[in-house]
Amino acid sequence: MSEVIYDVRDLRLSFPDMSKKPLLGPAPRVDVLKGLSFQIPKGEVLGIVGGSGSGKSTLGRALVRLIEPDSGGITFEGRDITHASEDTLRPLRARLQMIFQDPMSSLNPRRQVGGIIAGPLRVQGRDNIPARVREALDMVGLPQSFASRYPHELSGGQRQRVGIARAIALRPEFILADEIVSGLDVSSQAQVLNLLEELVRELGLTLAFISHDLSVIRRLCSRLLVLYRGEIVENAETAALFAAPQAAYTRELLSAIPLPDPEQDWA
Amino acid sequence: MRDARGEIRRLPGPRLWLAGGWLAILVLAALLAPWISPHDPLAQDLFAGRLPPVWEAGADPNYLLGTDSLGRDVLSRILHGARLALSIALIAGTLTCLIGATLGLIAGYYGGWVDLAVSRLVDIWMAFPPVLFAILLIAVLGTGVTSIIIAIVVIDWTRFARVVRAEAMGQAQMDYVASAQVAGRSRFGTVLAEILPNVLPAIVALLTLEMGIAVIVEAILSFVNLSVSTDAPTWGGMIAEGRASVHQAWWVLVFPLAALFLTVLSFSQLGEGLKDHFDPVLR
Repeated sequence: MSEVIYDVRDLRLSFPDMSKKPLLGPAPRVDVLKGLSFQIPKGEVLGIVGGSGSGKSTLGRALVRLIEPDSGGITFEGRDITHASEDTLRPLRARLQMIFQDPMSSLNPRRQVGGIIAGPLRVQGRDNIPARVREALDMVGLPQSFASRYPHELSGGQRQRVGIARAIALRPEFILADEIVSGLDVSSQAQVLNLLEELVRELGLTLAFISHDLSVIRRLCSRLLVLYRGEIVENAETAALFAAPQAAYTRELLSAIPLPDPEQDWA
Repeated sequence: MRDARGEIRRLPGPRLWLAGGWLAILVLAALLAPWISPHDPLAQDLFAGRLPPVWEAGADPNYLLGTDSLGRDVLSRILHGARLALSIALIAGTLTCLIGATLGLIAGYYGGWVDLAVSRLVDIWMAFPPVLFAILLIAVLGTGVTSIIIAIVVIDWTRFARVVRAEAMGQAQMDYVASAQVAGRSRFGTVLAEILPNVLPAIVALLTLEMGIAVIVEAILSFVNLSVSTDAPTWGGMIAEGRASVHQAWWVLVFPLAALFLTVLSFSQLGEGLKDHFDPVLR
């Protein structure tokens, strides 16, 4: 826990609210992130939790610089990327990857799986691409024959494995996983989570895992960041947070987890 | 983890075969017209005027589909007319597609003021009545094949721009575009490598439709005498001549009309068929 991968200081971000836009003049802005500060040490699995509208996905997209923050700072491996241009970011992109929520939308329907995984490798100018694609397929437990399949031919869990394979093919330092199991059924969820756990261990990844489901996050993450309306209400070790939640909102989230309560007299 | 989903392949349906077949015949006919035409399409023979097609009484077996009022062979004129119709379809269709689709892609993907500019231009453009616009353009440019092509391109690029813009806009929202950005692909590279392949089926369908429309526009302009010279064999010109004598010689009108109808229909059906055939997502 020495080296810090991400250092986020007073991060602020707002979107224009088009529904309230006056006929003339600019639309009023809605603050989505209201001054967030936190760090992600190397090798940590950080869970980012919050309800819908809490800003967790926006925070994730700002971390991988799919969107540009208004103010504050994001430092990735010692480099300020808050307002870095696409050209400056390009070489860094190989080290910070993302897995998307909806694998149907995040996989180009006109590309075969092999081409999808090879995409980032080609963009980053890696050599030996076919071997790297084979290796990535192996690591996510998909057979090599899947390289010539199209995304619509796969099941939800298989598609999400392709999304993971694409993210790890570049061997990044950091991966952002945005609600990656929320679209899957429970058994696929468990499989994908197991796979992710395994990869984090094998590749020494640093992971930020966004979810609205604390029970999913409890297994995977060492530390949790609880967001509520664009602010961090709690930032604690997972075990400590589950044992003694500090914020009222965290307690609310915890009480929403359905506990297994098998009634013996069902029959 | 093995299932049959990857093995389903859609076979080209009969409509693709029929449409493609007719167009293939037409292309061959157009290419070989000087050699396979039984007569010179311009040769007049006033003693052989208004001869009916061979299966009618009083026909001359030398004139398979009969002759018009000036004694010109209808079949030869249709074959030569196919050359003009097809070259205009191909050239005007392709140019319209290139210009319209490029503007539509850029507007749909980049959005912002580029989109605003293109969309407003399209709106303004589409407020002009197309046929009058064409006639006006020809009047300014003068008649001739080049003028017809320019007129079609200038009028019809909006058709592509509108559809491709809407499609590109929808695709740009998809996460695979964000994923390309996370991988570090440039914006221009993303348009070409990620978005264009997804918009292509719509472009292909529109392109073939546009080729059919180009054939019709050429026929309309010939009909009102604004195409190439009146003597030259064009389908629209033949239809105009045939209309005058439809009660005495129906074949002068009906055969070029049938060729025109089948060609336009084939183009649109080919587009739909190709779109289905090349779409890997079986809906």
